[in-house]
Amino acid sequence: MEFENNIAPVLELNNLYKSFGENHVLNGFNLKLYKGENLVVMGKSGSGKSVMIKCLVGLMQADRGSIKIKDHDITKLGQKELDILRTEIGFLFQGSALYDSMTVRENLEFPLRRHKKQLGLNDHTETLVLEALNNVGLAHAIDLMPAELSGGMQRRVALARALILKPKIILYDEPTTGLDPITAKEIIQLMRSIQDTYNTSSLIITHDVDCARVISNRMILLVDGINYAEGTYEELIVSNDPKVQAFFKN
Amino acid sequence: MGREKTFVDNLKVFFAEVGDISYFTARFFRELFKPPFEFKELLHQCFNMGNRSLLLVGVTGFILGLVFTLQSRPTLMEFGAESWMPSMVSIAIVREIGPVIIALICAGRIGSGIGAELGSMRVTEQIDAMEVSGTNPFKFLVVTRIVATTLMLPLLIIIGDAIALLGSALVENLKGEVSYLLYFNEVFNAITYGDIIPATIKSFFFRICNRLDRLL
Ligand SMILES: Nc1ncnc2c1ncn2[C@@H]1O[C@H](COP(=O)(O)OP(=O)(O)O)[C@@H](O)[C@H]1O
Ligand SMILES: [Mg+2]
Repeated sequence: MEFENNIAPVLELNNLYKSFGENHVLNGFNLKLYKGENLVVMGKSGSGKSVMIKCLVGLMQADRGSIKIKDHDITKLGQKELDILRTEIGFLFQGSALYDSMTVRENLEFPLRRHKKQLGLNDHTETLVLEALNNVGLAHAIDLMPAELSGGMQRRVALARALILKPKIILYDEPTTGLDPITAKEIIQLMRSIQDTYNTSSLIITHDVDCARVISNRMILLVDGINYAEGTYEELIVSNDPKVQAFFKN
Repeated sequence: MGREKTFVDNLKVFFAEVGDISYFTARFFRELFKPPFEFKELLHQCFNMGNRSLLLVGVTGFILGLVFTLQSRPTLMEFGAESWMPSMVSIAIVREIGPVIIALICAGRIGSGIGAELGSMRVTEQIDAMEVSGTNPFKFLVVTRIVATTLMLPLLIIIGDAIALLGSALVENLKGEVSYLLYFNEVFNAITYGDIIPATIKSFFFRICNRLDRLL
């Protein structure tokens, strides 16, 4: 495959296990994300996609398995190193997760509070905030509260917040869920233009087949806690396996 | 169908709670003295909590002083001891009743407000978002709120006490033809700073005891 030419992956999950009591969510999940690619992970609701991505950034502790981001094993990092590594990763949460007691401006300034100096971003905070908002076409909403925005606008602000530290890896947790098809298309367009502008590597979690078709270079199907099938969209859609077909049939 | 909870089960739950609270308290003090400090958020929370509780504390204090005076008047009158009213009311309110009542209503109001707010932030993943942005949510959300309530409660108690005495003076003025000036002269003869300061410090410990309500 085109992205596997002997380069080390920027992000790698090996044999990941995670259970909640008797609920075995991940049973040896593997994943490699290569530089510049859009990898889509599909799985039905409750299959452990969010759990997987949260283990990946250290928000949850995996029971077993290794998690490597740019050759750092994140399970072995201290809090400080983990914080620094996290500045290289943008995270778009499933429900946008905007801080609802803060304005859009304060939401975007939040990641800058700790990391602006460290990253050597010398621009004025205001400039960075406006640049991020312009990227998602919402500069006029800078002083509104999240509650005053529509769902699609909230998602775009969340995207701007995920991008404000100019991360090289972006993790999207169901970027189009809960949006109408037209707004969902706009978000997908935005994701593509961001990828073109900043040349990022993206891991996209979704159960939206349209989203997967448009954006993916490669796909992994998460079934029963393992990477059940892998390949491009075109390869998977012609598969004979009923569990794979179930994703694509309407 | 679960079996009936036995005494031993309850005891286990009790000690688990005590463990939780001890762990929580230890973590609070550890994070409290570790930089970076969130001064801006602390000020914001102080303003928030003081401001939001002010009306409630004022109304409660006023009613407290008013009713207390109204109800004890007949008894004191039987002994011809109305002149003791200002000193009795002020000592009782400033030393004990004011701090207890105001600490209790603030615990109810502020405590449940914080619970609801942080609970909703947890389910909407805002706390996760904070953590991936390199901010320690415990420090930013929990430590600032605990410090803010601890700082604001004594102030609220002083304000509540003052309004309670005002309510009491109002009754005396209407029923007993005592001027406000005379009433407050009597009050300030009766109480000293020594009464206010231990009472407000006591409120600090009420604050901590408020966490123990989870044991009940
Ligand atoms: N914090 C948690 N505690 C217990 N169970 C959890 C927790 N988070 C997720 N789960 C369980 O893990 C499973 C997968 O959840 P999730 O990853 O959110 O699904 P999805 O693939 O829809 O994102 C669900 O069965 C859920 O009940
Ligand atoms: Mg999910």
